[in-house]
Amino acid sequence: MNTIIFRTISPLLVSLMLLFSVFITLRGHNEPGGGFIGGLIAASAWALYGLSHGVPTVRRALRFHPMEIAGFGLFLAAATGILSLLFARNFMTGLWAFPQILGVEVALSTPMFFDIGVYFVVMGSMASIALSLEEREGGV
Amino acid sequence: MPTPISAPGWLLLILAAPFLAALLAPVLQGIAGRVSAFILALVPLASFAALLTLVPEVSAGARMTIGLDWWPAYGVRFSVLVDGLSLTFALLVTGIGTLIVLYSGGYMKGHPQAGRFMGFILAFMGAMLGLVLADDGITLFVMWEATSITSFLLIGFDHARAAARRAALQALVITGAGGLCLLAAVVLIGQATGTRTLSEIVASGETIRGSALYLPIFILVLGAAFTKSAQVPLHVWLPNAMEAPTPVSAFLHSATMVKAGVYLLMRLHPVLGGTPEWTTVLPLFGGATLITGTIMAVRQTDLKLMLAQTTVASLGLLVMLIGVSTEAAIVGAVGYLLAHAFFKGALFMVAGTIDHEAGTRDVTRLGGLRAAMPVTFVSALVAAVSMAGLPPMIGFVAKEALYLGFDESGRTALVVVAVAGNALMFVIGFAVALKPFLGPPVKTPKHAHEGPFELTVGPAVLGVVGLGAALGLGGFQAGLIAPMASAVAGRPIAPELHLIPTYVSMPLILSAVTVALGIVGYLLLSPARAAVAGIQSAIGWGPDRGFDQVVAALVAFAALVTRIVQPGRLELYMTAMVAFIAAALLIPLITLGEMPSWPSGDRPLLKEAAVMLIAVLGLAAVVVARTRLTAIVSLGIQGFAVAVLFVLFGAPDLAFTQFMVETLSVVILALVLTRLNLGERDHRPRWQMALDATVATAAGLGFAALLLKVTQVPFDRTLTDFYDAYARSIAHGRNIVNVIIVDFRGLDTLGEIAVVMVAGLAILALVRIKSRTPILPTPETGKRK
Repeated sequence: MNTIIFRTISPLLVSLMLLFSVFITLRGHNEPGGGFIGGLIAASAWALYGLSHGVPTVRRALRFHPMEIAGFGLFLAAATGILSLLFARNFMTGLWAFPQILGVEVALSTPMFFDIGVYFVVMGSMASIALSLEEREGGV
Repeated sequence: MPTPISAPGWLLLILAAPFLAALLAPVLQGIAGRVSAFILALVPLASFAALLTLVPEVSAGARMTIGLDWWPAYGVRFSVLVDGLSLTFALLVTGIGTLIVLYSGGYMKGHPQAGRFMGFILAFMGAMLGLVLADDGITLFVMWEATSITSFLLIGFDHARAAARRAALQALVITGAGGLCLLAAVVLIGQATGTRTLSEIVASGETIRGSALYLPIFILVLGAAFTKSAQVPLHVWLPNAMEAPTPVSAFLHSATMVKAGVYLLMRLHPVLGGTPEWTTVLPLFGGATLITGTIMAVRQTDLKLMLAQTTVASLGLLVMLIGVSTEAAIVGAVGYLLAHAFFKGALFMVAGTIDHEAGTRDVTRLGGLRAAMPVTFVSALVAAVSMAGLPPMIGFVAKEALYLGFDESGRTALVVVAVAGNALMFVIGFAVALKPFLGPPVKTPKHAHEGPFELTVGPAVLGVVGLGAALGLGGFQAGLIAPMASAVAGRPIAPELHLIPTYVSMPLILSAVTVALGIVGYLLLSPARAAVAGIQSAIGWGPDRGFDQVVAALVAFAALVTRIVQPGRLELYMTAMVAFIAAALLIPLITLGEMPSWPSGDRPLLKEAAVMLIAVLGLAAVVVARTRLTAIVSLGIQGFAVAVLFVLFGAPDLAFTQFMVETLSVVILALVLTRLNLGERDHRPRWQMALDATVATAAGLGFAALLLKVTQVPFDRTLTDFYDAYARSIAHGRNIVNVIIVDFRGLDTLGEIAVVMVAGLAILALVRIKSRTPILPTPETGKRK
């Protein structure tokens, strides 16, 4: 696992995977993808980074404990549901807005933020498991 | 019984107010300090005043209800019933609650957790108000349990002491079990009468008494009432609950919560009472409780424990009276319940004040406090006169009324028990009120002086109320006693109570006997105490010990079951789980003759066949793999092949997820494998290999058969069409799968991600376990030192 090729390539691969995971998450509403699959890709990215550069590096890069990220995601997902209550709708009724940003119509919606919440939960939980297992290896 | 009219809307506000105040209490305590008790006391005071305005209407015979839909699909409402019974209880709760909140402010002054204590007390008050005012059976149950839980928190308030923790747990176990009885009773009553609304149940006449369910309902109601109202042998939690700070003992464990069981019996008396079972069982348990409580009270030297045991006794007396079931007995029960709330609440507060100011509650170490604490002394004396049943207090009126009830029933045994119990209560009442105050001054741990206003006001007010109720008996009787007794009896009752007896009647003679016995008992208290203590230690076993034994047996049984069901061998768990899945899949298919037919139709295309072949090869590689790592990676081959199949058959989302799940599974499994102390290779004996292979094949075949069967039954397109039609138009998404996940079935997803996170936490904890020795919980068996 500790070859120089792997160590050199993996940061590039990891950034690419993370970027891709965001892309997959955001396009999920209309094309194949979504928060769950995006979160899995991101978690694999962190697991890969952990294998190549050691878990402490990943933890530094993440800044927060992965479980905190998962908790934030769960909070975000629940909060989007509660947002509907504030607009006198039933819990989790989708709210949509189509503001013009820089001349482009952007679709903002509570389901989108809900999906982002799913992304964080899946990424955080899976990354947490993978990293803790890698950590017990004593690093690479 | 008149049809209920609509109650004013502010009743719901009164029910919410204590809970809101409970949330504010800790904050307020931080800001306002000592003053906060005065501010918080305004909440129960305002409720009390508001409830008082309903008295004229209710005493004229009106019943009022109001409620909100809670769970309409199941007919559960949050609804309130105001009649003579519930209104009197609500007035007691809020009125005494006001005094207790003030008292707590003085008692807990300077305690770092005073705010939290205030919060618990107010939350309890809200629960208790909800309990007595509830009209819906489920509301009643929820509030009943809420009082148990707040009581638990209050008894265990001083949680650093093991005795307090044990007492809290014991109270919760016993009263919680009673709560479950109540829930079952409510459900059965619903079956028998077709309604769970109390106002309709009590108007249902003979329905329950004539029903085959009468006996189960009766037993369950007794289970609820006897646990909450501390009847022998379930009374042990109440004396132990004296571990709580004294305001709690005065409020929950004498004046209000312990009367919830009595309340339940009174509430259901119109439809359950009067049967042979009722008039036999209740006086039996009540009488046993009365005698046990008074004798145990003689044994105590701690002021609070003396009072607690007489509370047990008084609850027994009330249950006896309700059990007699005649009009006179009901009037006696109602009168005594009110009198008891006044004098017992006051005496507990007095005991707390003595403890607070003199530093001990041990009656043998107290004396001569009358000069130092004059106000407390007078309050104690007034309360004791009422407790002893002497004029001119309401306690006297109540005792005359209850003697009349027993006398009229013609059951001599009950009269004897009641006289003996009351004589002993006379003894204890004066022992609490006189011993600490009379005689030469004794050196106490703290230099004794009169308590502050907050501590003295409560007993004084209750004393005045007890006196006022007797002097103004006409109004008190018409306003509270008559409506309450009518509600208990289920028909209008016009009691005729008198402060001054109009003629020499049997009750008056019994009173004289009680007083004479009481004076003798008071003089003989010390030798009697020694005698009871001697007998008790000679027996050496009591229900309190019994509780420990039951709990210990339960823990041992649980440990035994755990050892059988969870032996700690992962292979066994896996085999059991997979075997069960196989059985659940195959047995219904075979026994119901629903096995799928062999698939017919199009042959697979070449590319599809190739991918399937790869999957099969991957599986074969798993089976023949020599090392575990190879097997795991080979399993990945099969998974990826299936993912490709998903792509070929037009399920890109599924394929995507499958790819990622497979990747992560292989990585995580490989990592786990290196952590476990497993050999590199698999060394199972042949027989076990054969068994595992059989189980695995059966499960695989089961899944295959189920999937085949699913494709062979007609496909219901209703949902598919719905999502097709609406995903774009109302959810603004073209990817139906994703729209379902985040929008149509978003609530499911919310639950699922919560599960993902909890599972993640659990795995994290598992990975971090260092020790390889099994960790079995060792719950406190609660042995007292």
